[in-house]
Amino acid sequence: MSELRQIAFYGKGGIGKSTTSQNTLAALVEMGQKILIVGCDPKADSTRLILNSKAQDTVLHLAAEMGSVEDLELEDVLKVGFKDIKCVESGGPEPGVGCAGRGVITSINFLEENGAYDDVDYVSYDVLGDVVCGGFAMPIRENKAQEIYIVMSGEMMALYAANNIAKGILKYANSGGVRLGGLICNERQTDKELELAEAMAAKLGSQLIHFVPRDNIVQHAELRRQTVLQYAPDSAQANEYRQLAQKIHNNSGKGVIPTPITMEELEEMLMEFGIMQSEEERLAAIAASEGAVAG
Amino acid sequence: MAKDHVSGPEDYEAMIEEVLDAYPDKARKRRAKHLTVSKPSDEEPDATTGIASKCDTQKSNIKSVPGVMTIRGCAYAGSKGVVWGPVKDMVHISHGPVGCGQYSWSQRRNYYIGKTGVDSFVTMQFTTDFQEKDIVFGGDKKLGKTIDEINELFPLSNGVTIQSECPIGLIGDDIEAVAREKKKETGKTMVPVRCEGFRGVSQSLGHHIANDAVRDWVFEQPESDAVKAYEPGPYDVNVIGDYNIGGDAWASRILLEEMGLNVVGNWSGDATLAEIERAPKARLNLIHCYRSMNYICRYMEEKYGIGWMEYNFFGPTQIAASLRAIAKNFDETIQENAEKVIAKYQPLVDEVIAKFRPRLEGKSVMLYVGGLRPRHVVTAYDDLGMVIAGTGYEFGHNDDYKRTGHYVKDGTLIYDDVTGYELEKFIEKIRPDLVGSGIKEKYPVQKMGIPFRQMHSWDYSGPYHGYDGFAIFARDMDLAINNPVWGLYGAPWESPAIAAE
Repeated sequence: MSELRQIAFYGKGGIGKSTTSQNTLAALVEMGQKILIVGCDPKADSTRLILNSKAQDTVLHLAAEMGSVEDLELEDVLKVGFKDIKCVESGGPEPGVGCAGRGVITSINFLEENGAYDDVDYVSYDVLGDVVCGGFAMPIRENKAQEIYIVMSGEMMALYAANNIAKGILKYANSGGVRLGGLICNERQTDKELELAEAMAAKLGSQLIHFVPRDNIVQHAELRRQTVLQYAPDSAQANEYRQLAQKIHNNSGKGVIPTPITMEELEEMLMEFGIMQSEEERLAAIAASEGAVAG
Repeated sequence: MAKDHVSGPEDYEAMIEEVLDAYPDKARKRRAKHLTVSKPSDEEPDATTGIASKCDTQKSNIKSVPGVMTIRGCAYAGSKGVVWGPVKDMVHISHGPVGCGQYSWSQRRNYYIGKTGVDSFVTMQFTTDFQEKDIVFGGDKKLGKTIDEINELFPLSNGVTIQSECPIGLIGDDIEAVAREKKKETGKTMVPVRCEGFRGVSQSLGHHIANDAVRDWVFEQPESDAVKAYEPGPYDVNVIGDYNIGGDAWASRILLEEMGLNVVGNWSGDATLAEIERAPKARLNLIHCYRSMNYICRYMEEKYGIGWMEYNFFGPTQIAASLRAIAKNFDETIQENAEKVIAKYQPLVDEVIAKFRPRLEGKSVMLYVGGLRPRHVVTAYDDLGMVIAGTGYEFGHNDDYKRTGHYVKDGTLIYDDVTGYELEKFIEKIRPDLVGSGIKEKYPVQKMGIPFRQMHSWDYSGPYHGYDGFAIFARDMDLAINNPVWGLYGAPWESPAIAAE
């Protein structure tokens, strides 16, 4: 068995992290890789497309029911889905109570101690929106994930989140050895999206590993709780994910320490691409429109 | 500059510099602001002590320097350990993981009258014992269940306070909602206190938060039956900030009662919830520990128009002055009574001073206590002929240091939030005849061959308040200083007799 590879998908909330990661992992399993998915989102929806069902029993809910995490058995929480992909959901509290970050730490420690990582080639973490606290940084700390893939798009806030995640990676890069594997652009059909994604990747000292085009088939598959790989294995979109999976597989050990940029630099970049107006342009535009009204 | 200390280095300023030399520059600069020597003052000398010095030139009530050993506590200690813990007919839940409750179990020798486990609960320990799942999923439900169990097991408890430990603030539990719900269900007073240990720089903020909780969750609630049934009288006073350590409040109360005053509330040593509830109906608030309870007195003044005054029941000089000052707020009968009380106890005072002063005269003392005693006990030592070489507060504010100028002469060493290292060095260099501080300081000091008394817990003795307390205080200081064990401190083979052989 080759050495265990641990990867993680981060990105702004709603960007399609779970969809992208599950489709990519479904493609990786076609390549003969044994995979474990660790969902680190309290909503516990990171494995829905693989298991073809929602809300499996999560580590934390079962632990709370039984008393403590020590009372749990791995079999209680480990479910097997599409092509024998193993799935675990960390789970967590309902919104507004408790500490979901602590929950992530607890679950990952439990999985490691109980041998969930034995006999797999890949462990993939799917982490919610932003690295809001130490708990959600768990997968990038302590030599867990070696490479982080940031799912983003050409939208301003997605770029902003990507840069923030890069800051989180940088923080732990020297102590834990985590690297940025690359950006995955999930097409939103914004202006100059490919160029912008490439420019952002370059700014971060990384690469745009794949540009996933927008295709409604993803939506169709998702409604059926399936990945595109399962729903329409011969579709063009399935091949896109296969390409991405191959690229990630070949990217082993090629991650970099990212070079996150300041907010000002980010805004400058957006202006360069004409997506954001500079202050002068904005004033000129206002003057012009006022002029038009006056005229 | 006049130097009133009796032993040790002549120049305290130079000694401070020498002690600071051990620090790196940044720490040195920060610590230097907390160490000083009291200066002469142009102010009128204090009427009782005849002293005016300037002790508030240094910084206080700011963050301790990382890396030093500070002697301070935390906000939870200030609320649970000091203000709320002694209220005897309420159950105080240490809300969070088990440690904070475990290590504050039994309280601080806050004596009380009552049947423990039946109608009084001070020395018992209640905790929600947080586990991992409570952190992850929140502990509000567990808190509610704990309160239910307390009500079932201890039906005579009159209410519950929720003393927050650090994790409660971190995970954002809504303990106020739980308190409201349980109050509705049980009809009993519920007091959520946001005294998470990470708040503030010392236990001092915990006192303030606990005072605010009295305001919000006791005073500003619908009147209880105890308050409605209560008929105020013209001589009603509250004693505020006497925690009844070793019975202090009892030794104080008898003096006020002999004077003809009616002590309707004692906060919070041996206190009931009803005493706290009806406090706003009293004529006057008498504050002993100003630092921990001045906040609620200022509030009562503003809201209910009750005056407050500080007093001092340590040592006969201060007791007599305080009794007269208190009596001034009342009619002539009370004022005459005050004189009678002072006269009544004068023989006791004379006897104590005749016996102990010759044994203690001229002995020097260094103090390091919390927020009141570093100044309040000074005159008691003075009554025994003893001299203060140095004093300092763990968590005093600027107004405490200002007041200290009425107690210590200029040339006294003043140390704020002193570090373990600094205090040890100062003691080593000054070698006073007695050090009065806490349990953490006791054994290192005794190993240095210097007598020591714990001045937080009265070293398992007390009371020290009032005339009765003064007799015990004098005896204890004599026991510590004149204990024959100090004569055996040197190795026998180093004694002159043996060395001569």
